[in-house]
Amino acid sequence: MSEHSEHIVSPGIYVGIFLALIGGTALTVWAAFQNFGPFNIVFALGIATMKATLVVLYFMHARYSPKRTQLVIVCAIFWLAIMLALTLSDYQTRQPRQTRLFPPAVLYRT
Amino acid sequence: MWIFLVTEVLFFGGMFLTYTINRHEYFTAFGIGSNTLDIRLGTINTGVLILSSLTMAMAVWSAQVGKKQLVTGFLIATLALGTVFLGIKVVEYKQKFDHHLVPGRSFDVWYRVDHPAAADDPKDIATEREELHKATLTDPDIQSHAQLYFSLYFAMTGLHALHMIVGAGLLLWLIKESLRGRFTPQYNTPVENIGLYWHFVDIVWIYLFPLLYLIDRHR
Repeated sequence: MSEHSEHIVSPGIYVGIFLALIGGTALTVWAAFQNFGPFNIVFALGIATMKATLVVLYFMHARYSPKRTQLVIVCAIFWLAIMLALTLSDYQTRQPRQTRLFPPAVLYRT
Repeated sequence: MWIFLVTEVLFFGGMFLTYTINRHEYFTAFGIGSNTLDIRLGTINTGVLILSSLTMAMAVWSAQVGKKQLVTGFLIATLALGTVFLGIKVVEYKQKFDHHLVPGRSFDVWYRVDHPAAADDPKDIATEREELHKATLTDPDIQSHAQLYFSLYFAMTGLHALHMIVGAGLLLWLIKESLRGRFTPQYNTPVENIGLYWHFVDIVWIYLFPLLYLIDRHR
Protein backbone atom coordinates (compact mmCIF):
# COMPACT_ATOMS: atom_id res chain seq x y z
CA MET A 1 0.00 0.00 0.00
CA SER A 2 1.14 3.53 -0.48
CA GLU A 3 3.42 4.99 2.11
CA HIS A 4 3.67 8.67 2.47
CA SER A 5 7.35 9.06 1.99
CA GLU A 6 6.42 8.01 -1.56
CA HIS A 7 8.10 9.10 -4.73
CA ILE A 8 5.88 11.37 -6.83
CA VAL A 9 6.06 10.52 -10.54
CA SER A 10 5.88 13.67 -12.66
CA PRO A 11 3.16 14.25 -15.31
CA GLY A 12 5.87 14.40 -17.98
CA ILE A 13 6.80 10.77 -17.36
CA TYR A 14 3.11 9.74 -17.41
CA VAL A 15 2.54 11.43 -20.77
CA GLY A 16 5.75 9.87 -22.13
CA ILE A 17 4.62 6.40 -21.04
CA PHE A 18 1.17 7.05 -22.55
CA LEU A 19 2.74 7.94 -25.91
CA ALA A 20 4.93 4.81 -25.74
CA LEU A 21 1.83 2.68 -25.07
CA ILE A 22 -0.04 4.21 -28.02
CA GLY A 23 3.06 3.63 -30.17
CA GLY A 24 3.16 0.01 -28.99
CA THR A 25 -0.50 -0.45 -29.92
CA ALA A 26 0.12 0.93 -33.42
CA LEU A 27 3.18 -1.33 -33.76
CA THR A 28 1.31 -4.46 -32.71
CA VAL A 29 -1.57 -3.73 -35.15
CA TRP A 30 0.96 -3.19 -37.94
CA ALA A 31 2.85 -6.37 -37.02
CA ALA A 32 -0.39 -8.37 -37.04
CA PHE A 33 -0.80 -7.71 -40.78
CA GLN A 34 2.73 -8.91 -41.60
CA ASN A 35 3.52 -12.58 -41.76
CA PHE A 36 6.51 -13.52 -39.62
CA GLY A 37 5.55 -17.20 -39.62
CA PRO A 38 6.02 -18.75 -36.18
CA PHE A 39 7.19 -15.39 -34.81
CA ASN A 40 3.75 -13.74 -35.18
CA ILE A 41 2.73 -14.74 -31.67
CA VAL A 42 6.19 -13.91 -30.31
CA PHE A 43 5.93 -10.34 -31.64
CA ALA A 44 2.32 -9.92 -30.45
CA LEU A 45 3.00 -11.14 -26.91
CA GLY A 46 6.43 -9.48 -26.79
CA ILE A 47 4.92 -6.05 -27.53
CA ALA A 48 2.06 -6.72 -25.07
CA THR A 49 4.56 -7.66 -22.37
CA MET A 50 6.61 -4.52 -23.00
CA LYS A 51 3.44 -2.41 -22.70
CA ALA A 52 2.38 -4.21 -19.52
CA THR A 53 5.86 -3.71 -18.04
CA LEU A 54 5.67 0.04 -18.71
CA VAL A 55 2.24 0.21 -17.03
CA VAL A 56 3.45 -1.73 -13.96
CA LEU A 57 6.72 0.17 -13.59
CA TYR A 58 5.43 3.72 -14.09
CA PHE A 59 1.60 3.97 -13.92
CA MET A 60 1.58 1.57 -10.97
CA HIS A 61 4.81 3.05 -9.57
CA ALA A 62 6.41 -0.38 -9.09
CA ARG A 63 9.77 1.11 -9.94
CA TYR A 64 9.56 3.42 -6.92
CA SER A 65 7.75 0.99 -4.59
CA PRO A 66 9.26 -0.55 -1.47
CA LYS A 67 11.11 -3.85 -1.93
CA ARG A 68 8.24 -5.68 -0.24
CA THR A 69 5.74 -4.57 -2.91
CA GLN A 70 8.17 -5.49 -5.68
CA LEU A 71 8.54 -8.96 -4.14
CA VAL A 72 4.74 -9.41 -4.29
CA ILE A 73 4.73 -8.48 -8.00
CA VAL A 74 7.56 -10.89 -8.81
CA CYS A 75 5.71 -13.63 -6.90
CA ALA A 76 2.57 -13.01 -8.97
CA ILE A 77 4.50 -13.41 -12.21
CA PHE A 78 6.29 -16.47 -10.85
CA TRP A 79 3.08 -18.24 -9.81
CA LEU A 80 1.50 -17.42 -13.16
CA ALA A 81 4.58 -18.89 -14.86
CA ILE A 82 4.32 -22.09 -12.78
CA MET A 83 0.64 -22.48 -13.69
CA LEU A 84 1.23 -21.90 -17.42
CA ALA A 85 4.43 -23.95 -17.69
CA LEU A 86 3.23 -27.03 -15.82
CA THR A 87 -0.21 -27.17 -17.44
CA LEU A 88 1.12 -26.62 -20.95
CA SER A 89 3.88 -29.21 -20.54
CA ASP A 90 1.20 -31.64 -19.37
CA TYR A 91 -0.88 -30.99 -22.50
CA GLN A 92 2.16 -31.19 -24.76
CA THR A 93 3.10 -34.65 -23.53
CA ARG A 94 -0.36 -36.24 -23.81
CA GLN A 95 -1.68 -38.66 -26.42
CA PRO A 96 -1.57 -37.61 -30.09
CA ARG A 97 -4.11 -34.88 -30.53
CA GLN A 98 -5.66 -36.43 -33.65
CA THR A 99 -7.74 -38.68 -31.43
CA ARG A 100 -9.47 -35.64 -30.04
CA LEU A 101 -9.86 -33.65 -33.26
CA PHE A 102 -11.38 -36.65 -35.08
CA PRO A 103 -13.05 -38.98 -32.56
CA PRO A 104 -13.61 -42.57 -33.82
CA ALA A 105 -16.83 -42.72 -35.82
CA VAL A 106 -18.15 -45.54 -33.64
CA LEU A 107 -18.55 -43.06 -30.78
CA TYR A 108 -21.12 -41.17 -32.82
CA ARG A 109 -23.08 -44.30 -33.75
CA THR A 110 -23.72 -45.58 -30.25
CA MET B 1 -4.11 -3.98 -2.92
CA TRP B 2 -1.17 -5.68 -4.57
CA ILE B 3 -2.00 -8.97 -2.84
CA PHE B 4 -5.55 -8.74 -4.24
CA LEU B 5 -4.10 -8.07 -7.70
CA VAL B 6 -1.98 -11.25 -7.38
CA THR B 7 -5.18 -13.27 -6.96
CA GLU B 8 -6.61 -11.44 -9.99
CA VAL B 9 -3.53 -12.30 -12.05
CA LEU B 10 -4.10 -15.99 -11.36
CA PHE B 11 -7.87 -15.62 -11.93
CA PHE B 12 -7.39 -14.16 -15.41
CA GLY B 13 -4.34 -16.42 -15.88
CA GLY B 14 -6.63 -19.45 -15.81
CA MET B 15 -8.68 -18.02 -18.67
CA PHE B 16 -5.59 -17.21 -20.70
CA LEU B 17 -4.41 -20.77 -20.09
CA THR B 18 -7.71 -22.21 -21.35
CA TYR B 19 -7.45 -19.94 -24.35
CA THR B 20 -3.85 -21.02 -25.12
CA ILE B 21 -4.65 -24.74 -24.98
CA ASN B 22 -7.70 -24.43 -27.22
CA ARG B 23 -6.00 -22.04 -29.61
CA HIS B 24 -3.28 -24.65 -30.03
CA GLU B 25 -5.80 -27.45 -30.53
CA TYR B 26 -8.24 -25.66 -32.86
CA PHE B 27 -5.82 -23.31 -34.59
CA THR B 28 -7.86 -22.84 -37.79
CA ALA B 29 -11.22 -22.23 -36.08
CA PHE B 30 -9.68 -19.65 -33.74
CA GLY B 31 -8.15 -17.81 -36.70
CA ILE B 32 -11.54 -17.70 -38.44
CA GLY B 33 -13.21 -16.46 -35.26
CA SER B 34 -10.59 -13.82 -34.64
CA ASN B 35 -10.88 -12.39 -38.14
CA THR B 36 -14.60 -11.69 -37.65
CA LEU B 37 -13.81 -9.18 -34.90
CA ASP B 38 -13.84 -5.49 -35.79
CA ILE B 39 -10.18 -4.50 -35.64
CA ARG B 40 -10.99 -0.78 -36.00
CA LEU B 41 -13.25 -0.73 -32.93
CA GLY B 42 -10.78 -2.93 -31.04
CA THR B 43 -7.86 -0.59 -31.72
CA ILE B 44 -9.90 2.50 -30.80
CA ASN B 45 -10.93 0.80 -27.57
CA THR B 46 -7.31 -0.02 -26.73
CA GLY B 47 -6.44 3.65 -27.19
CA VAL B 48 -9.41 4.76 -25.07
CA LEU B 49 -8.40 2.43 -22.24
CA ILE B 50 -4.75 3.52 -22.32
CA LEU B 51 -5.87 7.16 -22.24
CA SER B 52 -8.09 6.38 -19.23
CA SER B 53 -5.04 4.87 -17.50
CA LEU B 54 -3.19 8.13 -18.15
CA THR B 55 -6.00 10.23 -16.64
CA MET B 56 -6.12 7.84 -13.66
CA ALA B 57 -2.36 8.22 -13.13
CA MET B 58 -2.79 12.00 -13.39
CA ALA B 59 -5.56 11.87 -10.74
CA VAL B 60 -3.11 10.11 -8.40
CA TRP B 61 -0.49 12.76 -9.14
CA SER B 62 -2.99 15.60 -8.53
CA ALA B 63 -3.88 14.10 -5.16
CA GLN B 64 -0.21 13.72 -4.21
CA VAL B 65 0.55 17.38 -4.94
CA GLY B 66 -2.73 18.55 -3.38
CA LYS B 67 -4.58 19.96 -6.44
CA LYS B 68 -8.07 19.04 -5.29
CA GLN B 69 -10.02 20.29 -8.32
CA LEU B 70 -7.70 18.48 -10.71
CA VAL B 71 -8.28 15.21 -8.80
CA THR B 72 -12.03 15.47 -9.44
CA GLY B 73 -11.50 16.47 -13.06
CA PHE B 74 -9.17 13.59 -13.85
CA LEU B 75 -11.39 11.08 -12.03
CA ILE B 76 -14.41 12.22 -14.07
CA ALA B 77 -12.32 11.95 -17.27
CA THR B 78 -11.32 8.40 -16.30
CA LEU B 79 -14.93 7.43 -15.63
CA ALA B 80 -16.03 8.97 -18.94
CA LEU B 81 -13.35 7.10 -20.91
CA GLY B 82 -14.21 3.84 -19.12
CA THR B 83 -17.84 4.34 -20.12
CA VAL B 84 -16.83 5.00 -23.74
CA PHE B 85 -14.89 1.71 -23.69
CA LEU B 86 -17.94 -0.19 -22.41
CA GLY B 87 -20.17 1.54 -24.97
CA ILE B 88 -17.93 0.46 -27.86
CA LYS B 89 -17.90 -3.06 -26.40
CA VAL B 90 -21.72 -3.09 -26.49
CA VAL B 91 -21.62 -2.13 -30.19
CA GLU B 92 -19.20 -5.01 -30.83
CA TYR B 93 -21.38 -7.49 -28.91
CA LYS B 94 -24.42 -6.36 -30.91
CA GLN B 95 -22.56 -7.10 -34.16
CA LYS B 96 -21.86 -10.63 -32.92
CA PHE B 97 -25.57 -11.16 -32.20
CA ASP B 98 -26.48 -9.80 -35.64
CA HIS B 99 -23.98 -12.13 -37.35
CA HIS B 100 -25.17 -15.23 -35.43
CA LEU B 101 -21.78 -15.58 -33.78
CA VAL B 102 -23.02 -15.99 -30.21
CA PRO B 103 -22.57 -19.62 -29.06
CA GLY B 104 -25.88 -21.45 -28.93
CA ARG B 105 -28.49 -22.93 -31.22
CA SER B 106 -28.47 -20.19 -33.84
CA PHE B 107 -24.67 -20.07 -34.08
CA ASP B 108 -23.52 -20.19 -37.70
CA VAL B 109 -20.07 -19.19 -38.96
CA TRP B 110 -21.50 -19.08 -42.48
CA TYR B 111 -24.29 -16.64 -41.60
CA ARG B 112 -22.37 -13.49 -42.49
CA VAL B 113 -21.23 -14.68 -45.92
CA ASP B 114 -24.67 -16.11 -46.67
CA HIS B 115 -26.55 -12.96 -45.58
CA PRO B 116 -24.22 -10.03 -46.37
CA ALA B 117 -25.45 -6.59 -45.36
CA ALA B 118 -25.81 -3.86 -47.98
CA ALA B 119 -22.80 -2.05 -46.54
CA ASP B 120 -20.48 -5.06 -46.88
CA ASP B 121 -17.89 -5.05 -49.63
CA PRO B 122 -18.69 -8.05 -51.92
CA LYS B 123 -14.94 -8.62 -52.33
CA ASP B 124 -14.47 -9.05 -48.55
CA ILE B 125 -17.40 -11.44 -48.43
CA ALA B 126 -15.88 -13.48 -51.27
CA THR B 127 -12.52 -13.64 -49.47
CA GLU B 128 -14.22 -14.70 -46.26
CA ARG B 129 -16.23 -17.38 -48.06
CA GLU B 130 -13.06 -18.78 -49.59
CA GLU B 131 -11.31 -18.78 -46.21
CA LEU B 132 -14.22 -20.60 -44.62
CA HIS B 133 -14.14 -23.25 -47.37
CA LYS B 134 -10.41 -23.77 -46.82
CA ALA B 135 -10.87 -23.89 -43.07
CA THR B 136 -13.61 -26.52 -43.39
CA LEU B 137 -11.17 -28.74 -45.28
CA THR B 138 -8.62 -28.67 -42.42
CA ASP B 139 -11.20 -28.74 -39.65
CA PRO B 140 -14.51 -30.40 -40.65
CA ASP B 141 -16.13 -29.54 -37.32
CA ILE B 142 -15.39 -25.85 -37.58
CA GLN B 143 -18.90 -24.86 -36.42
CA SER B 144 -18.39 -26.25 -32.92
CA HIS B 145 -14.73 -25.21 -32.68
CA ALA B 146 -15.55 -21.64 -33.73
CA GLN B 147 -18.21 -21.67 -30.99
CA LEU B 148 -15.44 -22.52 -28.56
CA TYR B 149 -13.55 -19.43 -29.72
CA PHE B 150 -16.61 -17.24 -29.24
CA SER B 151 -17.36 -18.79 -25.84
CA LEU B 152 -13.87 -17.78 -24.77
CA TYR B 153 -14.22 -14.39 -26.45
CA PHE B 154 -17.40 -13.62 -24.51
CA ALA B 155 -16.10 -15.10 -21.26
CA MET B 156 -12.82 -13.19 -21.36
CA THR B 157 -14.10 -9.83 -22.63
CA GLY B 158 -17.18 -10.23 -20.41
CA LEU B 159 -15.09 -10.80 -17.31
CA HIS B 160 -12.92 -7.86 -18.31
CA ALA B 161 -16.02 -5.69 -18.83
CA LEU B 162 -17.35 -6.78 -15.43
CA HIS B 163 -14.10 -5.55 -13.90
CA MET B 164 -14.55 -2.26 -15.76
CA ILE B 165 -18.08 -1.90 -14.35
CA VAL B 166 -16.80 -2.54 -10.82
CA GLY B 167 -14.04 0.00 -11.52
CA ALA B 168 -16.62 2.53 -12.69
CA GLY B 169 -18.55 2.03 -9.44
CA LEU B 170 -15.37 2.60 -7.42
CA LEU B 171 -14.64 5.71 -9.48
CA LEU B 172 -18.11 7.10 -8.70
CA TRP B 173 -17.34 6.75 -5.00
CA LEU B 174 -13.91 8.38 -5.49
CA ILE B 175 -15.52 11.29 -7.34
CA LYS B 176 -18.06 11.74 -4.52
CA GLU B 177 -15.28 11.79 -1.92
CA SER B 178 -13.05 14.07 -3.95
CA LEU B 179 -15.91 16.55 -4.40
CA ARG B 180 -15.91 16.77 -0.60
CA GLY B 181 -12.18 17.53 -0.79
CA ARG B 182 -11.15 14.35 1.02
CA PHE B 183 -7.98 13.62 -0.93
CA THR B 184 -4.85 15.47 0.14
CA PRO B 185 -1.10 14.85 -0.08
CA GLN B 186 -1.41 13.22 3.39
CA TYR B 187 -4.44 11.04 2.59
CA ASN B 188 -4.77 9.65 -0.93
CA THR B 189 -4.50 5.88 -0.48
CA PRO B 190 -7.99 5.18 -1.97
CA VAL B 191 -7.09 7.05 -5.19
CA GLU B 192 -3.75 5.24 -5.34
CA ASN B 193 -5.28 1.77 -4.75
CA ILE B 194 -8.23 2.12 -7.11
CA GLY B 195 -5.68 3.48 -9.59
CA LEU B 196 -3.68 0.24 -9.22
CA TYR B 197 -6.86 -1.75 -9.88
CA TRP B 198 -7.69 0.35 -12.95
CA HIS B 199 -4.20 -0.10 -14.40
CA PHE B 200 -4.41 -3.84 -13.78
CA VAL B 201 -7.65 -4.02 -15.80
CA ASP B 202 -5.82 -2.07 -18.52
CA ILE B 203 -3.01 -4.65 -18.53
CA VAL B 204 -5.53 -7.48 -18.96
CA TRP B 205 -6.85 -5.71 -22.07
CA ILE B 206 -3.29 -5.16 -23.35
CA TYR B 207 -3.02 -8.99 -23.54
CA LEU B 208 -6.62 -9.63 -24.64
CA PHE B 209 -6.38 -7.30 -27.63
CA PRO B 210 -3.60 -9.11 -29.58
CA LEU B 211 -4.78 -12.59 -28.50
CA LEU B 212 -8.40 -12.08 -29.53
CA TYR B 213 -8.24 -9.56 -32.38
CA LEU B 214 -4.85 -9.91 -34.01
CA ILE B 215 -3.92 -13.60 -34.17
CA ASP B 216 -4.68 -14.28 -37.85
CA ARG B 217 -4.78 -10.99 -39.74
CA HIS B 218 -1.99 -11.64 -42.21
CA ARG B 219 -3.96 -13.05 -45.12
